[in-house]
Amino acid sequence: MAGRVEGKVAFITGAARGQGRSHALRLAQEGADIIAVDLLEDIPGAPYHGATEADLAETVRQVEALDRRIVASKADVRDFGGLKKAVDDGVAQLGRLDIISANAGISTQMAPTDELDEDMWQNMIDTNLTGVWHTVKAGLPHIKAGGRGGSIILTSSEAGIRGYGNIAHYVSAKHGVVGLMRTLAIELAPLSIRVNSIHPTQVDTDMIQNSATYDLFTGKQGSTKEEFAAASQAVIALPIPWVEPVDISNAVLWLASDEARFVTGVPLPVDGGNYLI
Amino acid sequence: MPGRVEGKVAFVTGAARGQGRSHALRLAQEGADIIAVDLTGQIDTVPYAMSTPADLDETVRQVEALDRRIVATQADVRDFDALKGALDAGVAQLGKLDIVSANAGIFSFGTLDELTEEQWSDMLAVNLTGVWHTVKAAIPHLKANGGGSMILTSSTAGLLAIPNIGHYVAAKHGVVGVMKTAALELAPFNIRVNSVHPTSVNTDMIQNSATYELFAPDLTPEQRTKEALAPRFQTLNVLPIPWVEPIDISNAVLWLASDESRYVTGLEVRVDAGQLLK
Repeated sequence: MAGRVEGKVAFITGAARGQGRSHALRLAQEGADIIAVDLLEDIPGAPYHGATEADLAETVRQVEALDRRIVASKADVRDFGGLKKAVDDGVAQLGRLDIISANAGISTQMAPTDELDEDMWQNMIDTNLTGVWHTVKAGLPHIKAGGRGGSIILTSSEAGIRGYGNIAHYVSAKHGVVGLMRTLAIELAPLSIRVNSIHPTQVDTDMIQNSATYDLFTGKQGSTKEEFAAASQAVIALPIPWVEPVDISNAVLWLASDEARFVTGVPLPVDGGNYLI
Repeated sequence: MPGRVEGKVAFVTGAARGQGRSHALRLAQEGADIIAVDLTGQIDTVPYAMSTPADLDETVRQVEALDRRIVATQADVRDFDALKGALDAGVAQLGKLDIVSANAGIFSFGTLDELTEEQWSDMLAVNLTGVWHTVKAAIPHLKANGGGSMILTSSTAGLLAIPNIGHYVAAKHGVVGVMKTAALELAPFNIRVNSVHPTSVNTDMIQNSATYELFAPDLTPEQRTKEALAPRFQTLNVLPIPWVEPIDISNAVLWLASDESRYVTGLEVRVDAGQLLK
């Protein structure tokens, strides 16, 4: 049986590990070839290490083990020129582009809004909002050139549809992604290019499994993973503390596939009912 | 490769034709057995021919052709006892319940000052109370199963208003209230509840002379062809299509029914060609 995205090519940012790697693998399992980029550097103010060249090499190894092709390069979503070159090279090798997963994102300083540093604010907006715009802008000419339509999935967050204390820069950037999604969906509908956003609750990756995030959720210093799990579960209706990357990937897969051929302009939470609480 | 809902059992209301039959077939293609109900009869205030026993027989035939089991019964979602009887009997034969598609629905129209008491009460009884009855009948079986997924069919009219169908808009908005409440009440039991919100779907519910008249009062009955109406329906959507097909809703139902969406609950999932962006 043919895969659900058989023969398509997907461009994924932040693909070295976490959700991005999971998206690359899930789409490859269902028949897609992959164009992968990642920053591969530490991020100032982030309470976790950035992905490494070894991480991206592991994504390549795992996609190739599925007998799919992958073109992976180091690129920064803040740098439009570098990002464009990466996707142009990927399309030159793989022949087309059908799917964009704008996944790259960061979590940095956690502080009341009036105490956020200027550079922390700016880097967040540059990465989590401008980086998404750059990703779409770089990939879109290739999807248009195919004349077959396409599917663009922007990774927002639960923080893109509700507020949270102490991460105003993150909340603002992720809300901005929804504005970008809605505008693109209208602009691109005549070309049968669909644009949707995904809104995960806490996902079990390095971005949340760190002491700063533990303390943000529990409201006290030095919290343990167990205390974080309890605090996280308290905001999710289903009896789970967080979701796994593959749960987001399965939503990406549905939106990327032709099964969702008439789904556009939709903010799609994958959140265990977080939004209901 | 196993199907995406392999070994599960799904209860589908309004399964004789249209979206309901499509849901039954899509779930069966992916490995589910089916408990199907339909009124298979007419409601006086509905201005198009409703389904027949022969339609339900055809759904049975097509599911069985996929080598899946189906228990089909004539039942009215307005009658809780009959609905519960049909579901209980289906579970007794098929062994359990995992998935619920509360799909049965009707359509009629009139401005709020023109709607008759009968139009209003029939609409609310089928499209809102019928959904609650379906959920209520299913909950004991899903709890006994240790979890499950319910998909309630609302509409884009469950999220925005459309003139001339105030009773439909009210009922479909009400479905969202049932969905969110059920999602909260049932989350501790690993039972997920979501709604789907189609734009116009290419079924008998819209492809009929009464609906055509609503969309094209300026044309003569002879001029109201499907081709003439398509551009009118298209103005509702952002994507360049007049309507979606039943299979497009079924594919959303399938995703929500499967374990791929195991942590998705409380959502309004639009399959609306961008209608809500307008």
